[in-house]
Amino acid sequence: MTALLISGGRVIDPTRGTDGPADVLVDEGRIVAVGHNIPLGPGVARLDASGRVVAPGLVDLHVHFREPGQEHLETIASGATAAAAGGFTAVCAMPNTDPVVDNQAAVGFVVRQAIRAGKARVYPIGCISLGQKGQQLAEFGEMVAAGAVAVSDDTRPVVSSQLMRTALEYAQTFGIPVTDHCEDPSLAQGGVMHEGLVATRLGLKGIPAAAEEVVVARNIVLARLTGGHLHVCHVSTAGAVELIRRAKDLGVRVTAEATPHHLALTDLACEGYQTSAKVRPPLRSAEDRAAIVAGLVDGTIDCIATDHSPQHYDAKEREFDEAAAGVVGLETALPVALAELVKPGHLSLLGLIDRMSTAPARLYGLSGGSLAVGAPADIVIFDPNAAWRPQASDLHSKSANSPFLGREFVGRVDQTLVGGRVVFDRSVKNIDG
Amino acid sequence: MTPTPLGKDLLGLEELSADQIRLVLDTAEAFKEVSERPIKKVPALRGKTIVNLFFEASTRTRISFEFAEKRLSADTVNVATQGSSVAKGETLVDTARNLEAMRIDMVVIRHPASGAAKFLGERIRSNVINAGDGKHEHPTQGLLDLLTLRDRFGRIEGLKVAICGDVLHSRVARSNIWGLTKLGAEVAVCGPASLLPTGLDRLGVRVIRRIDEALQWADAVNILRLQLERMEGGFVPSLREYNRIFGVTRERLARAGREVVVMHPGPMNRGVEIDSDVADGPASVILPQVTNGVAVRMAVLYLLAGGSPDWATHPAEDR
Ligand SMILES: [Zn+2]
Repeated sequence: MTALLISGGRVIDPTRGTDGPADVLVDEGRIVAVGHNIPLGPGVARLDASGRVVAPGLVDLHVHFREPGQEHLETIASGATAAAAGGFTAVCAMPNTDPVVDNQAAVGFVVRQAIRAGKARVYPIGCISLGQKGQQLAEFGEMVAAGAVAVSDDTRPVVSSQLMRTALEYAQTFGIPVTDHCEDPSLAQGGVMHEGLVATRLGLKGIPAAAEEVVVARNIVLARLTGGHLHVCHVSTAGAVELIRRAKDLGVRVTAEATPHHLALTDLACEGYQTSAKVRPPLRSAEDRAAIVAGLVDGTIDCIATDHSPQHYDAKEREFDEAAAGVVGLETALPVALAELVKPGHLSLLGLIDRMSTAPARLYGLSGGSLAVGAPADIVIFDPNAAWRPQASDLHSKSANSPFLGREFVGRVDQTLVGGRVVFDRSVKNIDG
Repeated sequence: MTPTPLGKDLLGLEELSADQIRLVLDTAEAFKEVSERPIKKVPALRGKTIVNLFFEASTRTRISFEFAEKRLSADTVNVATQGSSVAKGETLVDTARNLEAMRIDMVVIRHPASGAAKFLGERIRSNVINAGDGKHEHPTQGLLDLLTLRDRFGRIEGLKVAICGDVLHSRVARSNIWGLTKLGAEVAVCGPASLLPTGLDRLGVRVIRRIDEALQWADAVNILRLQLERMEGGFVPSLREYNRIFGVTRERLARAGREVVVMHPGPMNRGVEIDSDVADGPASVILPQVTNGVAVRMAVLYLLAGGSPDWATHPAEDR
């Protein structure tokens, strides 16, 4: 692998709090120098990054790749390719595949498929319970040994408080977080969107904010009891943000993520029975959305995670009640976050890179999130001024269920490097290993 | 498809202006006379084909539409697909494509999913009339309720109308709220809080907790059907208690001290939300509602088919 000098870019590194023009020299898969006017040595290729941002590659703690089981929606390879195209160098794959990832062999399968794809790094998340049935603990130790970085029964909330308690206790042996899709199934039952005026007008059954908040509250209490690391998936309500803020003040080990779609959209996006806006948890009120922005700004919500959920066109082309929930997010996350957080001045670009790279890498103990000398050369290079309108044909994901198609964004990924290797280059079609 | 005074489809009263609603009511007024003739037929829709697509059982709405269509001389086909083993969504998409291929002029659709009529309307060129979609709207019911109130009071503006019962699950309630507020009536809802949806206050609707208070306040009450499933769903404990706390009885009506007009969209659960002596009593306009249903549906079909809005004032040429 030849050495690469990324020159003339605006280099952002939240681990050192730096944001300014610099060159980055990459060799043997690692960052070997960051500084001004680094000379182009013999045998070193140059990547001109002038006018563009050079930052640690984005890290996503929450994606759904559909392999094994629903490879027509997404494979680990297509998902990892979409991730790279969106500037992500590492993603964590939720275990709700078919079959589920609840044992070391299944974890090993994900790891091998990701290596074979050779795009973004894919870290498996194992199930909390065998078969995601909410009863018996899965073998955390063996899954971690095989490469799992966290446990979750995501899409299925952990109903049993006893199971959640045990998971939070047992996970501490392996130093991994327990991450929960916080939703009370009895309060959410039959609901298809946020409970509020829009749902009332559309005649759709709502999911009250309380469905999320009662479980966030319970999980916080259990995290406090056990000392375990609770990570709250896709926070969607103002009440949940406030619960997490107070828990952090009390010193409870709780961290949280929010999705780009909950940052950008409200339940109004469901007007006209737009199934592209059907997600779980649902898009909520303007007040909830504002609380999520505030939570990301003050660090109550640690990071942005996409909850990338590929669904088939036919599963969305139907009545709202019957339509599948979920949106793909990997390839629009950065432009959406730039539009919602940086452009209005809520976060600096440095702050955004922290929430999308450094913070999530730290939470799950992943490599990346840093441009320090010696760190793996996981790097995103993006043009913060490029205007574009994402179309279905632009997406590398196998699915195009996005509410952001056709909307104008500013900011587009040009190159993504994983371990010093260019895994995505907008100017080149089909980069292979 | 040439634009009509109502647009291409009738999906709900939320989308209609006060003028469009008045136009339907005025047109219906003129059509009432047709139903009083010995030969109850005008050639207004001769040569038009209409499909009545009912994904949910509804004898009275379907019959009302059929009468309206036949009295306008349309060719009609009834398709009832409830209980079909095919998944609902596939049926609806495929049904839309098939209807499009058969060059149907109009489709009347009843469907258990909110938004189904809009879904269909966006995918076919034919006019679509919503005959009830899930918990969303039942616009022709809303229109016939307005016509019945206007017949009785001579006006809608300034009337106080209380919608009583299971508002949460009621498409009739939503269409009533839009229609009444657009025409200047004051609207209240009354029922157990477990059966009232959130956010109604932001639509200018008053919430009244006790049925006696609602009867004191209202000029007219629209009493909604309480479906048996609501007990199973845990929204109310029993039919008996519902009748005792929220049922409209003769004694309660008498306590209002003045006449309160009683409406019900049917079918009624006598002895649950309404007692028989109220349903059949002097203040009841439940049967006029049924009669007006045919006239309102004739008006909607006629206007959507491109019929001249002047029917109401110059109906002579068809006679
Ligand atoms: Zn989830």
